[in-house]
Amino acid sequence: MTPKKVISTLFLSSILLTPMAHADIKIGVVSSSTGPIALVGIPQKNTVPLLPTSVGGEKISYITLDDGSDPTATVKAFKKLIDEEKVDAIIGPSGSGNAMGVIQFVAESGTPMLAPVGTAAVVLPMTEQKKWVFKTTQNDDLIADALVDYMKATGVKSIGLIGTADPYGENWSKVMEDLTQDAGIEIVANEKFQRQDTSVTGQSLKVLLANPDAVLIAAPGSSSVMPQTTLKDQGYGGKIYQTHGAALDPFLRLGGKAVEGTILAASSMLVLDEVPSSDSKDIATKYITDYKALHGEIPATFGGNVLDAGLLLENAIPKALRSGKPGSAEFRSALRDALENTKEMPATQGVYNMTPEDHSGFDERGRVLITVKDGKWTLLK
Amino acid sequence: MNFQIATLLGQDGLTNGAIYALLALSILLVFTVTRILLIPLGEFVTFGALTMAAMQMGKAPNIEWLLLGLALIDCALDLYQYLKHRAESKKLKVIALKLSYVAIMIGLLNQLPLSEIPMALQVVLTLCLIVPIGPIMYRLFFQPLAEAPALVLLIVSIALHVSMVGIGLLLFGPEGARTEPFSDSNFRLGSVMLKSQTLWVILVSIVLIVTLFIAFERTLYGKALRATAVNRMGARLQGISPIFAGKATFALAAFIGSASGILIAPITTLYYDSGFIISLKGFVGAIIGGLVSYPLAAFGAIAVGMIEAFSMFWASSYKEIIVFTLIIPFLIWRSMNSHNVEDEE
Repeated sequence: MTPKKVISTLFLSSILLTPMAHADIKIGVVSSSTGPIALVGIPQKNTVPLLPTSVGGEKISYITLDDGSDPTATVKAFKKLIDEEKVDAIIGPSGSGNAMGVIQFVAESGTPMLAPVGTAAVVLPMTEQKKWVFKTTQNDDLIADALVDYMKATGVKSIGLIGTADPYGENWSKVMEDLTQDAGIEIVANEKFQRQDTSVTGQSLKVLLANPDAVLIAAPGSSSVMPQTTLKDQGYGGKIYQTHGAALDPFLRLGGKAVEGTILAASSMLVLDEVPSSDSKDIATKYITDYKALHGEIPATFGGNVLDAGLLLENAIPKALRSGKPGSAEFRSALRDALENTKEMPATQGVYNMTPEDHSGFDERGRVLITVKDGKWTLLK
Repeated sequence: MNFQIATLLGQDGLTNGAIYALLALSILLVFTVTRILLIPLGEFVTFGALTMAAMQMGKAPNIEWLLLGLALIDCALDLYQYLKHRAESKKLKVIALKLSYVAIMIGLLNQLPLSEIPMALQVVLTLCLIVPIGPIMYRLFFQPLAEAPALVLLIVSIALHVSMVGIGLLLFGPEGARTEPFSDSNFRLGSVMLKSQTLWVILVSIVLIVTLFIAFERTLYGKALRATAVNRMGARLQGISPIFAGKATFALAAFIGSASGILIAPITTLYYDSGFIISLKGFVGAIIGGLVSYPLAAFGAIAVGMIEAFSMFWASSYKEIIVFTLIIPFLIWRSMNSHNVEDEE
């Protein structure tokens, strides 16, 4: 080996070794900031600069990766974070399907994963693998529960469902079937559509023919608008309910007059001014102000889910530090235990109370009933 | 199922079918003239709709920067060729003309009160923004490999589609958009309510198809394109420039694509990535026409729209499967009936 080669080898290896020398806490973030669920992923990616940067005297560094909404890319990103970057925890991914595919890998490597995804399937039913997964969104049944209660109270006897033909819509129709049975409400129509469909006339007519007292539309993002406008165009007069998937400002803009009077249940982030003051309210208000200062727009609630993941970690890391150094398996395992023992921790979406059975940890403080009045989100009274 | 529901669904199917027919025709046109399967056609649809929506929200649509960027690369290439080959000074004039066009467009977009100007003007502006992207795209990505095998062209076309979807996300954001209807009135035909936008879609589609037909039958340029479609080498020997033919068809495709987008934007929510599925259904129509026959393709596309509308009523979960499975019997039927000699390559 020539001296030149020796020097370059030394130089190269020193570059390769430097990252190992840092004892920072490393958190991986995987979001879908491109592809079909970019609507969810972009506010999540934009929230990363607002996450806590140090806790208990330790610096936290974040490594953000994009999976392009592709489940295979999510697996690759997770493997990279776990094997190469040796992260202590992972926040993400954005999509329900993407999250289901990586549970096995986080469990094998013993890395806590905080999933800001909609489907409850990532934490329910609890298994040995799902022990490593925590979910920072309200479970569908918590939201559905509020809606069904309200339907029952207002005398709704039959409902029609229009949902997307994806995990989001499927899970909602499952949850609703269970809940409505107990409440004595009958589902008289259950129709599916694709997010990119240019028309839902057929589904809407089918629902209209069944003539239900109310209609629930379960679709994520702007796709929740078209079924509602079509129903209104065809002269449907009953109440229309939406899920927390519709809780975005484009919903109001796209729907215009047709979405007036819609009822939905979602986190209080939409109607912060009207809810009584609480710790959650203060945290959410600060988050929205900071986000607006940084990106010039109001964040969608999806971003709040990622911030909550950061806050949960901030809360758990000091406890975990007592058991091991960041980067070690002991630290990750202690971090998981600490996350599972989160008690009464307020964050943007509500108050977290984790238990070994419940890795989502919300109670009714995590949702409020909201309606649309004069083109604005208003607390339903 | 009663008469009223059937008419409502039929109306819906006809509206979508008309759009698919327009797209099927442009896919066919581009394919016969240049051998390129224009997969990014759907992106022109969404670009048209989203540009229009951005204008109605009073924002200068970001697509102006895409146009500027592409035009600059195009002009730089032209300039390089001019300097290298010492071509006639006409070329310099063309470059100046292109650049001033882009400058005028950007100036207009940033000066005009976009949300207040009449809708017709918004439509014209949108078309003026998007149509030039078509020929520039041909010039940059396809002209250098015009003689390549069809498979290579297809691969480039797919690459272009993927990057345009990405650019769409960058330019327009992930949220869906919808535009104001052309007019608010509804018509009553017997017991059936007709939405005015539906009539607009069908009317404009018919006008476009008839205009295209006349242009191809009666004008010199139309005949030149047809000649290229029939036999590229023969047309070239007759003095028809293949470059001109390519650019012209791409401009037409971009025009039809963005016009379709503008037409359907008021009745549906479009996303930056909706275009592919829409143009794919047009493609199914074109396949039914065997990628050669215009009337068959138009008919096939309308059939696709109709089947889509009725299957969405009867079996909403399987709608997409039904529509795309349709292609299989047609492919079998066509492959049994025609004894095509392999393409010239």
